[in-house]
Amino acid sequence: MRSLSEIDTISKRASKAAGFSWGIAEEIGKNTRLLEMFGLPGIKNLNYYFKLYKKHKFQNISMISKLNSSKISYCPIIAGVNFLDQINILQELDEITFENVACPVLFVPFLSRASEIVGKKILLNIDKHIFLLNFNQSIYSSYFDKEIWERAEKLKISFLENNDLFSEIEWKEMYELSEDTFVEETEELKQTSAGAGLTDND
Amino acid sequence: MNIELRDPKIIMRLSKLGSFHQSKLSFLRSFLNEFKDWNYNRDLFDLDEKGYGKAVYSFSKNNRTYSLVCFSNKIKDEERSDRVIATKWDAAFALHDGIPTKKDIDRLLDNVPKQEIGRLSYKELTLSRANKSIRIFQHVVESLSNGMQPDKSSLLKVGYLYRTTAVYGSGKFGLADRFRIKNRKEIYGPFRLEMMLVYLVRQFTFDQVNHIAKCKNRKKAVKLDVNICRNLGIGNSTGLGMAPFIVNHPTLLNNWILAREISLKKIREIKKVSNLESNIFLNCLNKSIKNITSWNSESSFQKKKINELIKDLKKFINYLQTEFSFNIEHPFNKIYLWCENNLNDECIEYIVSMMMEPFNDIVYPLIKEMSSEEEKFFTIPTNRNISDLKKILEDQYSNIIKIDFTKKERNQNFWFISKNKEEPRVGDRFLNKGSELEQPLAIARDIKKLYERILNQKNSLTIAKFLIDNNDLRHVVRRAFITEKFPYAEIQDNTIDSNLVPIDMLRLKLSFFGAAKFDPRSDKWLRINMFQGAPLPQELKSFDEHWIYNSLN
Repeated sequence: MRSLSEIDTISKRASKAAGFSWGIAEEIGKNTRLLEMFGLPGIKNLNYYFKLYKKHKFQNISMISKLNSSKISYCPIIAGVNFLDQINILQELDEITFENVACPVLFVPFLSRASEIVGKKILLNIDKHIFLLNFNQSIYSSYFDKEIWERAEKLKISFLENNDLFSEIEWKEMYELSEDTFVEETEELKQTSAGAGLTDND
Repeated sequence: MNIELRDPKIIMRLSKLGSFHQSKLSFLRSFLNEFKDWNYNRDLFDLDEKGYGKAVYSFSKNNRTYSLVCFSNKIKDEERSDRVIATKWDAAFALHDGIPTKKDIDRLLDNVPKQEIGRLSYKELTLSRANKSIRIFQHVVESLSNGMQPDKSSLLKVGYLYRTTAVYGSGKFGLADRFRIKNRKEIYGPFRLEMMLVYLVRQFTFDQVNHIAKCKNRKKAVKLDVNICRNLGIGNSTGLGMAPFIVNHPTLLNNWILAREISLKKIREIKKVSNLESNIFLNCLNKSIKNITSWNSESSFQKKKINELIKDLKKFINYLQTEFSFNIEHPFNKIYLWCENNLNDECIEYIVSMMMEPFNDIVYPLIKEMSSEEEKFFTIPTNRNISDLKKILEDQYSNIIKIDFTKKERNQNFWFISKNKEEPRVGDRFLNKGSELEQPLAIARDIKKLYERILNQKNSLTIAKFLIDNNDLRHVVRRAFITEKFPYAEIQDNTIDSNLVPIDMLRLKLSFFGAAKFDPRSDKWLRINMFQGAPLPQELKSFDEHWIYNSLN
């Protein structure tokens, strides 16, 4: 098994050799490491993309907007780098769509890192698959193919507000159950065992 | 009294960094302190009469065990090479996480002797190989097998029986990634498991030489005297492989240097120094002269440094004897200021290291701060603007942006990775082919380029927008923002200058390892000695922590 350190180093060097700058190659190294760590096929897709990259032209996007569409497939790396760089503005848009993105798996770790920067979960729909990006701590996904994903028709990004995933009733029920670890307080215990109370309004 | 930390623009010059010496912060010394109460054991020793075979050594405590698996092999004299291009070695080693099973040892036997072309697993932590100092090794075997101890003066000249030619860790060749083990308290300091490997290899060399001598003459053979063993270390040949490391790990470099600088600052701020503390310092100083005179090198560069060091140390001793008393306030501040005004860098930094010896309370807490969570600082803060970036460059890189890179000499060298061994090399840009494949290690040149480019940009422009058209300089934009938070992260010199002495970069890293006896063989590689004078494994429970100044005494 290759170590993540080897994956990072080789991806970085290969990216430079494929024509990206050293700074972007560094990003790709870190991203491929993340993909492989989260169980997504990073090396497989990167290797495939570099083969395409030699022969085909890809669209480099600069400023990202709410709807990004191109007849030529977007380069997932340049799109990802700019998404990450512009994340502080982009999070205001709530929802962003890209149409026609090459090897979309390579775009995923940029979003994972963006989720950590803005402190929000990001929901990513790539064609029929869903990815939930959790502050760069984990990626929940319906994509288990582990195969090359050559092109996505549509890629929709939504920033999720930091809301609870449970109802107030569910929380209350849990809280009440947790109270069963408390000791019922008698008058005597109040006098002898209390420090500051739950409220101190003096 | 508040003493300022020393200025990174002075400390981070290569000539200064190339004058650093081992100290209490050094990794091999902090390794010994951390593992002194672990249980040492030789678990397996299965060598034939020529000393070929396998052995296992371990350190264990509670439920944790680290095992060094050793393989000793027969090689021809003409196959023995310290160069990185070698493919066979006298011995090869891997540090295994836990107690290796027979299956593990068989797997390692198939892979460890092959080194770079073998594959290790996440169960292995470090990997190394070593060659005999053949003349010394044979002399020791001959002497011991004839019932005599070897000639000490011959041993003194070399200082070891084996020298390692590479020590690998952190995910290389399939070894465990650091993330798997980074939360273990015993390895909070950097390179701790690499140090463990080298330390246990040292013991293997003694056991092997004793074993061969015994097999050669069972009736007459004696064991190598423990005092001689203690004064032998493990040699190491180090080439350029180490140089890019310190450029590629800026936050780690910062944390190493910062620990040293904070130690110095706190020691200079001590108002009153006790007799015990001053005596420890003076004792180390007095032993230094004898110690340093044993440093051998054919290199005129190093000879000059050693001679200057001895001369300066004598001057310093004279100052202490004739003009100085510890019965003043802030005595170490006075000492430091005198050193700065009267001594060369080599001696100043030697004394700075020695000043740490009496002060465990200051130094030990800093050792835990010498690792780095590098990933945390990787992402560029693209919401910042050009004005911020310009300020960082003008504040942190003021000497760098004055360098005139239109001059040929300022661009003379380039760093590249050789195809056959995947090792870093330095070439002459105007004589050698391959500069188009230059590694991103010309930080000074690229920072200057970045500075010139942002001069034409609006101050309010965000870094995000600047990068859209300037991603060719993305790597140095990242570095600049790291340096803003970590002032000792960057070498304040031009690493492609015609005056570059690459071994200054190696020397910096090796000093933090705790290496001594720097012996440059060219401006691009050198030999060193590690653990010479260190306690033997059976002595670890109680040893003199200033041992490094006692060696050879």
